[in-house]
Amino acid sequence: MIIGLIGVMALVAVNALFLIWMERKVSAHMQLRLGPMEVGPHGAVQTVADALKLMGKELITPEEVDRPVFRLAPIVIFLPVLLSFLVIPFSRTLIIKDLNVGIVLILAFSTLAVLAILMAGWSSNNKYAVFGAIRSVAQNIAYEIPLLITVMSVILMVGSFKLSDIVAAQGSYWFILVQPLAFILFITCATAETNRAPFDLPEAESELVAGFHTEYTGMRFALFFLAEYTNMFITSAVAAVLFLGGWQGPILPGVIWFLLKVYALIFLMMWFRWTFPRVRFDQLITLAWKVLIPLAFANLLITALVMKLR
Amino acid sequence: MTYFKEIASGFWSLLMGMAVTIRYFVKPVVTVQYPRQKIEMSPAYRGYPRLLLDAETQTHRCIACEMCARICPSQLISVAGTKLPGAKQKVPYTYVHEHYYCSLCGLCVEVCPTTALEYSREYRLACFRREDAVIDHLTLLQERQQAAGLPPTPIPTAAEIAAAAAAEAAAREAREKEAAAKAAQAKAAKPAQAPEEAKPPKAPPEEVKE
Repeated sequence: MIIGLIGVMALVAVNALFLIWMERKVSAHMQLRLGPMEVGPHGAVQTVADALKLMGKELITPEEVDRPVFRLAPIVIFLPVLLSFLVIPFSRTLIIKDLNVGIVLILAFSTLAVLAILMAGWSSNNKYAVFGAIRSVAQNIAYEIPLLITVMSVILMVGSFKLSDIVAAQGSYWFILVQPLAFILFITCATAETNRAPFDLPEAESELVAGFHTEYTGMRFALFFLAEYTNMFITSAVAAVLFLGGWQGPILPGVIWFLLKVYALIFLMMWFRWTFPRVRFDQLITLAWKVLIPLAFANLLITALVMKLR
Repeated sequence: MTYFKEIASGFWSLLMGMAVTIRYFVKPVVTVQYPRQKIEMSPAYRGYPRLLLDAETQTHRCIACEMCARICPSQLISVAGTKLPGAKQKVPYTYVHEHYYCSLCGLCVEVCPTTALEYSREYRLACFRREDAVIDHLTLLQERQQAAGLPPTPIPTAAEIAAAAAAEAAAREAREKEAAAKAAQAKAAKPAQAPEEAKPPKAPPEEVKE
């Protein structure tokens, strides 16, 4: 358990450092630029330098903020992200605790991020932060529903909430082949859940300064950042488990396959970010309630019918 | 029905957008890593003026007429030339361009009677000291000739300049003496002629040499 925790902490830190570098490289190459090139080979150590800078910064607590809540918010956003790693199956044996409600646990903990964002926005005593928090809550509630329903259609096929069972059920074929619509819906909702572009309204830098983390500095800000990138990893890991067969794959060891799939999905999310412009708020809600939820329900119904008739 | 059509067309347009970005993702980057990489500027680029390297004579065409120095609005060009013994035209022995004053107006290039100047295509002119921005065109030309494998144009040395000046002075003295002798001869030969003719011939205006 302790070893697992240390391993997870190391993975979280290295993953965030790598993802920030990767995002900068991907965005740069999509705009025919080079991205960071100065610190280390191809700028590989750039994020380490940035992280050191962030650690050295002063933790400013503005006047008239709600102090306890303001200080608690970065921790509240970061802890559930850390806990979600408990149940992710990296390979057949490499899994910290194979709970029989694994997928429910991850979904429950990922919901806590909304609370943290609301805490951060509300306690900051800043109108932009509150706007960001309000948007985030509306968005996350709207997008959680289709997310859960698409996950349900996969669980109907397996008959278990256990992530290792879901992976084991995909021995012969991946679920993306039989559930392509669910995969698309899941990726869309996951992008919205992680507050990434084109659904990055909570932090919409061109409208809201930085949204809910406008007033945060130094390591507190870094925790929000860390949580965002770790969330990306977790949602991609869940998508890989549900639709891409987790650690299943020929020749290479399971961990390698799993990480390959996760980073491919993360690349897909980065690809979204640098392709699509941010949606308007009404478009965001319309998409969730008028398109994603009906489609998810239809998908669930068809899955249930097929499972019953088979 | 329009509902499904809208969803399908919207999804298709999203895919098209992603196709565009992935195509750009694999394209070669256009960024030039500034201090380490260099690009060739277009022929129309107007960098600082420099001596044109004549392809035929393999040297410059400057005749040290100092037109460029005169027209320069910032007075930053200093040219000095001398006529070496046996040569028909003057050649410059200093041609210095204090580039830190230059506004790149290009008047020097326009005015040059022999088209001895051209615009360089060098754009990296950052330097640490003001003195680094002083361009010595004659040594620069020698470097370019060496780079191109051509024999460098010699810059007249101080001794050569002094010798040339001495030779010129001697020649002028000889000319003056000859003129004076001629005038004296003429005076002696026709003393009874009209007085206006008796005037000594006008001496050439003295050139002030420092």
